[in-house]
Amino acid sequence: MTHTFVAYVEDIPGVLTRVASLFRRLNINISSLTVGRSERAGLSRLTLVCEASSEAGDRIRASLYKLENIVDVDDIAKAPNVTRELALIKVAANPRNRAQIFDLVEVFRARIVDLTSESLMIEMTGVESKIEGLIEILREDEGRILEVCRSGKMTMRRGHHTSSVLRAMGKGPDEKPLPEDEPEEASNATVDIEPA
Amino acid sequence: MGTKQNTQSAESHLTTPTRLTGAEIVWATLVGEGVSTVFGYPGGAILPVYDALRKFPIHHVLVRHEQGAAHMADGFARASGKVGVCMATSGPGATNLVTGIATAMLDSIPVVCITGNVSSKLLGSDAFQEVDITGITLPITKHNFLISKTEDIAHAIRYAFQIAQSGRPGPVLVDITKDAQQGTAIFDFEAAKPRPYRPHPMLKVEDSGLAKAAELIRNAKKPVILSGHGVMESGAMEQVRTLAERAQIPVALTLLGLGGFPASHPLNLGMMGMHGESWVNHAIQDADLLIACGMRFDDRVTGSLSTYALKAKKIHIEIDPAEINKNVKVDVALVGDLRAVLEELLPRISGRDGSAWIKTIEASKGDVSVHDIKNIPDSGHLYAAHVMHDLWRITGGEAIVATDVGQHQMWEAQYFHHEKPRSLVTSGGLGTMGFALPSAIGAKMACPDKEVWVVAGDGGFQMTAAELSTIVQEKLKINIAIINNGYLGMVRQWQQFFYDSNYEATPLVSPDFVKLADAHGIRGRAVTTRSELAEAVKEARTTDGPFLLNFMVEKEDSVYPMIPAGSALHEMIRRPGKNPIVESPDDK
Ligand SMILES: Cc1ncc(C[n+]2csc(CCOP(=O)(O)OP(=O)(O)O)c2C)c(N)n1
Ligand SMILES: [Mg+2]
Repeated sequence: MTHTFVAYVEDIPGVLTRVASLFRRLNINISSLTVGRSERAGLSRLTLVCEASSEAGDRIRASLYKLENIVDVDDIAKAPNVTRELALIKVAANPRNRAQIFDLVEVFRARIVDLTSESLMIEMTGVESKIEGLIEILREDEGRILEVCRSGKMTMRRGHHTSSVLRAMGKGPDEKPLPEDEPEEASNATVDIEPA
Repeated sequence: MGTKQNTQSAESHLTTPTRLTGAEIVWATLVGEGVSTVFGYPGGAILPVYDALRKFPIHHVLVRHEQGAAHMADGFARASGKVGVCMATSGPGATNLVTGIATAMLDSIPVVCITGNVSSKLLGSDAFQEVDITGITLPITKHNFLISKTEDIAHAIRYAFQIAQSGRPGPVLVDITKDAQQGTAIFDFEAAKPRPYRPHPMLKVEDSGLAKAAELIRNAKKPVILSGHGVMESGAMEQVRTLAERAQIPVALTLLGLGGFPASHPLNLGMMGMHGESWVNHAIQDADLLIACGMRFDDRVTGSLSTYALKAKKIHIEIDPAEINKNVKVDVALVGDLRAVLEELLPRISGRDGSAWIKTIEASKGDVSVHDIKNIPDSGHLYAAHVMHDLWRITGGEAIVATDVGQHQMWEAQYFHHEKPRSLVTSGGLGTMGFALPSAIGAKMACPDKEVWVVAGDGGFQMTAAELSTIVQEKLKINIAIINNGYLGMVRQWQQFFYDSNYEATPLVSPDFVKLADAHGIRGRAVTTRSELAEAVKEARTTDGPFLLNFMVEKEDSVYPMIPAGSALHEMIRRPGKNPIVESPDDK
């Protein structure tokens, strides 16, 4: 199954190696990893996605906690959450066929953030499947996609509480399973072209 | 060894913040952490630290190879329960520590390793003797530090001590650049204190779990306690014993658990696993409840997992949450310090009649009982089992025995009956040959009043034999028993059983160990028959200074019983019928 771990780690050299080394040793591939500053001073927040057996979740979480620089670990695979990914896609486009891409961008609620006579850059935020949908359609025209840069998944539990509050309340990662139909948010509706 | 100067002021540093060099801060912090002995080997990148040593009340043991330093720190920790400290220079000095660090890691031993490194501006430049030792040791330490600022040294070392001995213990490495050693900073021991220890957030001992465990114990007909190394680390000997006695539950031990429950106790079954006696492994396979105390269901004690103790419910009491359900799925997990958990559990445990089950196990011993082989007639041959047995009898079981890895290690575990915790120093997890001699030196430094024996094979002894000089330089009374079978015996045994007796690369030519000892100024003697055995052991014990006994034992003897790797725990290769060390019940 797919596991999604969210961890708060000290923002110092070498921490990422320790996290990565743990998965390497377990022979588990990290399919996605995002890291950035968090709301807590001196702590980075990372979201790590990997495929592993369902029993492995607790052990991975326990092993992550054994790393001295890790402060908090949450396994949110089954908890209601919001997961997003950011993609920048550069496509070949000239004044004659641009309009078609503009339409596509509109449909996918993405936006165009760079425009030249030969190419344009699309920025899109959304769930993985949505981003993959856009890429797939762009691929229908061979040679159109010039570059793809994807951030990897970022995940946050839904609701008021942060993971640390939840833990303090004694509610670990064993949450109610995700409702079948994850509500899609229309947060990427605006399409504004930034000056090139 | 230089004379100690200013040790008075060295201690006053601990109370009054003072400006010191990084090198001085290293020693001052170690003094503050209660360290009196450090095992190490100097070199360019750690020279500033060595230069400052004379000002501090710490005894430095010069080893002959850095692997020895790590094993000595490890043996020191195993024998005393305190943190062992070793030190090495950058590059080859640091990489020579690696085997010793991994040995400590696999057996959860608290060791702090301090290495020097090149100056911070040269890091990552392939400068002379620069290696990325924090990178190299990342997977074999609990944690490690790369320190390039003088003001960070004290905190890192103090933090390393906290990490090494808290929770599930383990080795920690502190790598300090040369410029950080040479710079100065205000040394404030108190201020360098690490943040309060943060227990693993997944520790969990719930009332419901305790209640369920108590109920399982109450209702069990065939319970067995599996007692591991955690019993020692947690200091839970009394609690395990109380549990066993109150509920009349027999106790099986892991290799590293030996000594955690007295061998002479009527409820002690002995060692379990690959070379455990048949009745121990059968008891586990037939059990309806296993109470695992501070052990991790290593493959050497479970055999094949798909056939392991299928009839038994399992209670796992363990401090490391990552061990729960790792190898064996358990019914109740009490995740916490063993002693604390047992103290909570014991009030819920009442007296139980266990006699029927104990009788069943007793009966299954049959005529292969080998728990006392003293009356076996002398056939003229010398068996390692005899050596271990007589060593145990003559020392009254009081000695600390440091073993190497191989057949002799298993014979020691089978025939030397350990009564007390920390009396067996052995590499169980990594199985590191060459461990015995250096770890015995560490144990002797930690417990100078204890009798210490090295029990090593002719192969493994040669891996670290250079440390004989260390024994002499340190004037240590250590006795050495070499179990000389002319083979890398344990491998030869596998070749015999599983590779058609194709003895490839296992016959072994050795030096005359008695002469080797003599070259070091160590007295020694070869023993070839059983009749000389007891007297030779007595001579070794009563001689001033170290003594080496070269026991020329039966060459192609094998360790029985044996579970072939991957087989079920009850599928043992048993002792051949005519094996001369099999004692019959009426042989007492
Ligand atoms: C460093 C290291 N290399 C190889 C091995 C594999 N090994 C395990 S036991 C053994 C034979 C040990 O021979 P010896 O020291 O003579 O002891 P014996 O088994 O004969 O008692 C070997 C080679 C090991 N455990 N450690
Ligand atoms: Mg041998």
